[in-house]
Amino acid sequence: MSIIKCFQIAFIALRLNALRSLLTMLGIIIGIASVIVMVSISDGAQQQIDERINSLGTNMLMVRPGSSFFGGRRGGAGSAPPMTETDVSVLKELNFVEGVSGYLRSSGAMVFSGTNWQAEVAGIHPDYIDVRQWEIEEGRNFTEREVKTGGKVALVGQTIINELFSGNDPIGQRFRIKNIPFTVVGTLKGKGQSSWGQDQDDIVMVPISTHRMRVSGRRSSASVNSVGSISLTVDPGFDISEAEEEIKYVMRDKRKISPGSEDNFSVRNLSEFIEARSATQRTLGVLLAATAAISLVVGGIGIMNIMLVSVTERTKEIGLRMAVGARGIDILNQFLVESVVLCLVGSVIGIGIGFGLTELIGSLGEWPVLIKSTTILIAVGAAAFVGVFFGFYPARRASQLDPIDALRTE
Amino acid sequence: MSPSAIQVSTGAPLIACNGLRKEYRMGSEVVHALDGVSFNIGEGELISIMGASGSGKSTLMNMLGVLDTPTSGGLHIEGNDIAKMNRDDLARLRNHTLGFVFQNFNLLPRTSAVENVKLPLMYGNLHGFNADERAKECLELVGLGDRMDHHPNQLSGGQQQRVAIARALVNGPRIILADEPTGALDYKTGKEILQLFRKLNESGITMIIVTHDQEVGEFCDRQLVFRDGKLLSDSNNLQSMGAAE
Ligand SMILES: Nc1ncnc2c1ncn2[C@@H]1O[C@H](COP(=O)(O)OP(=O)(O)O)[C@@H](O)[C@H]1O
Ligand SMILES: [Mg+2]
Repeated sequence: MSIIKCFQIAFIALRLNALRSLLTMLGIIIGIASVIVMVSISDGAQQQIDERINSLGTNMLMVRPGSSFFGGRRGGAGSAPPMTETDVSVLKELNFVEGVSGYLRSSGAMVFSGTNWQAEVAGIHPDYIDVRQWEIEEGRNFTEREVKTGGKVALVGQTIINELFSGNDPIGQRFRIKNIPFTVVGTLKGKGQSSWGQDQDDIVMVPISTHRMRVSGRRSSASVNSVGSISLTVDPGFDISEAEEEIKYVMRDKRKISPGSEDNFSVRNLSEFIEARSATQRTLGVLLAATAAISLVVGGIGIMNIMLVSVTERTKEIGLRMAVGARGIDILNQFLVESVVLCLVGSVIGIGIGFGLTELIGSLGEWPVLIKSTTILIAVGAAAFVGVFFGFYPARRASQLDPIDALRTE
Repeated sequence: MSPSAIQVSTGAPLIACNGLRKEYRMGSEVVHALDGVSFNIGEGELISIMGASGSGKSTLMNMLGVLDTPTSGGLHIEGNDIAKMNRDDLARLRNHTLGFVFQNFNLLPRTSAVENVKLPLMYGNLHGFNADERAKECLELVGLGDRMDHHPNQLSGGQQQRVAIARALVNGPRIILADEPTGALDYKTGKEILQLFRKLNESGITMIIVTHDQEVGEFCDRQLVFRDGKLLSDSNNLQSMGAAE
C-alpha cells in the first residue's frame, strides 16, 4: 500500500473523530508551541550576545595594570605601575597591532551658554575611535599633534548634543569642562545602552594628554605619563591568543618582571567576559529546551494513550482489514501514520500558536526573540519522532492481533 | 470478473480438508468445535454447509478462510498446505483467492459503499485493476450502481449485504465464503442474495455458504451437514434438480 494512501486513510480516520483528534493533539500543540517560544527566546538572547561580542570587536585586547582584571584585586591595581605612553608606543611597534589607545576617565561638570551637565570625560588617543568601534558622525577625530600638545578639543556623544547643546550642531562651539574651555571638533555616532544598561552616548572625549594635565587633576609623579588602561586591536588575520602571548612577553620585558614572578598587568580579550554571560544564557536555553521537551513527552504519552484506545475500539475494523488481506505491516503502518499525522497536524497548529506567542512576547515584553527556520524544522522533526515513538507500541499491538479474535470482538 | 482468468489447478482439489480438528479449551473442559473433518471442494462448486447452531459451521468457515488455524489436521487450498504458510502468506491468500461475506455485513461505518468495496484492493491488486472503476463495476454487478456514495447507515440490510458481496468480489477471488449471509435479512431479500450467489457461481466462482436454513441448503448444488463438529452427510442436490426438470 502506498504511503500516500496511508496518509489518506489516516486523515479520514482522524476526521471521523475530529473532536477527539483535536483534544489528543492538544498535548502536541502545547509542546510544539512551547518548543518554538522557548527556543526563540533563547536564540534571541544568544543573538543579542553575539551582536554585543561583535560590537566590541572580537579582535580587541585590553591591557591593564594589576594582576587581576575582574573581581578581587590581588596585588592591587594601585600598587602596580600604571600603563604609560611608553607602553602605548611599544605596543604600536608590534606588527600585528592595528590600533592602540589609552583610556583615562573621570567625571566632569560642563557648561555651555548657561546649561550645566555632568558626564563622563574620557581621555583617548585617536585610535580609540576605531579600536572601540565608535564612529565620527560629523567633524573630525583628534590629530596626533593635538594629542601631543594637549589641545583643548573635544568629541561629544549624542546625549551631550541633546542635553548640553539642546540638540543644535555643536561643531566649532566652545564649552567648558571643569572650567577649562574646549572646542568641539566632532560628534560621535550614537551607540545606545551598554549591556549593563549604561548610556554610552553620555560622553565627552578629549585628547589623553589634555585629560591627564587638565581634567583628571592628578599630578603625582607616578601618573605623569599614565594612560589608564590600554585597548588595542589585533590584525584580523593574526591569531588573537598568540597576540595575547606576545603582548604579555613584551610587557614583562618592558616592565622588567623577573622570570617566575607574577605579571603586574593583565591582558584580556573582552569577549571572554561576554562569553561567560553567554554560557549562563546557554544554560538557560538548555533549561527552556528541556521544559519544552518534557511537554512534548507528555503530549506523546497522550498520543499513545489515545492510540491504544483507538486500537481497542477498532479491533473489529482491524479484523476486517486482515480478513480482506491486510498484512501485519499494513496495520502497523496504518496506525503509525495515524499517530504521525496527529503529531504533524498538531505541530502545524503548535507552530502557528508558537509564532504568535513569540511575536507577542517579543513586542510586549521587549524581549529579544528570534524565530529561526531550523527551529521550525526541529519542531516538525520532534513531532514526527514523537508520533513514531509513541505510536509504535499501539500500532504494533494492532498489527499482532489474531484476525479471528479481532473479527469476533464486538 | 472474468471466469476465463481462473485456472483450474491440475488434479488437486481447490480445497482439501484432511482430519481437520479444532479444540477450544474452556478451563478444564475441551470443546471439540471440529472433530476430524475430511472433504474436498472442487473448482466452481456451489456448496452449503449446514447444521444446528453450535455444530461447528463458523469454526469450519474460519478455517477455510484461513482466519483461524486448526488444532490438527491438514488443510490445502489451491494445492498449498496452509500449515506451511506464515501470517503474510495467509494475508495474501485471503486477499487474492478468498472473499468473505459475513452475517452482519461488517462494513466500515461512516465510509461510502465504494470506499468499502475498494478496501481489499488497498492491500493487493493481483489483476492490476483501476480501484475506482473496479469498485463501481462490482457495485453495478450487485445492483447498487445508484448507491455508490451511500454510507452503510443509509442502506437497508439487503443493500449492505450487496456492498459486502461487491467487496468480496472486487479482487477477482476464486472462492467466496459466506457465513449465514441471509441470516440478518428478510425472506425476500435473502432470496435475492441467493440468486446473486448463483449468478456469481455461474461466472466460475466457487461459493461456500454456511447456513442453518434448510431452504438455503437445498438451493445449493451440494450440502455438507455437520453435527457436534463432525461431518454428518455430504449429499448432492444436482440429481434431484435434474429430476425436477
Ligand atoms: N472462540 C471460542 N472459544 C470457545 N468456544 C468456541 C469458540 N468459538 C466456537 N466455540 C464453540 O465451538 C462450537 C462450534 O461453534 P461454531 O462454529 O460457532 O458453531 P455454529 O457456527 O455452527 O453455530 C460451539 O460449541 C461453540 O461454543
Ligand atoms: Mg455460526
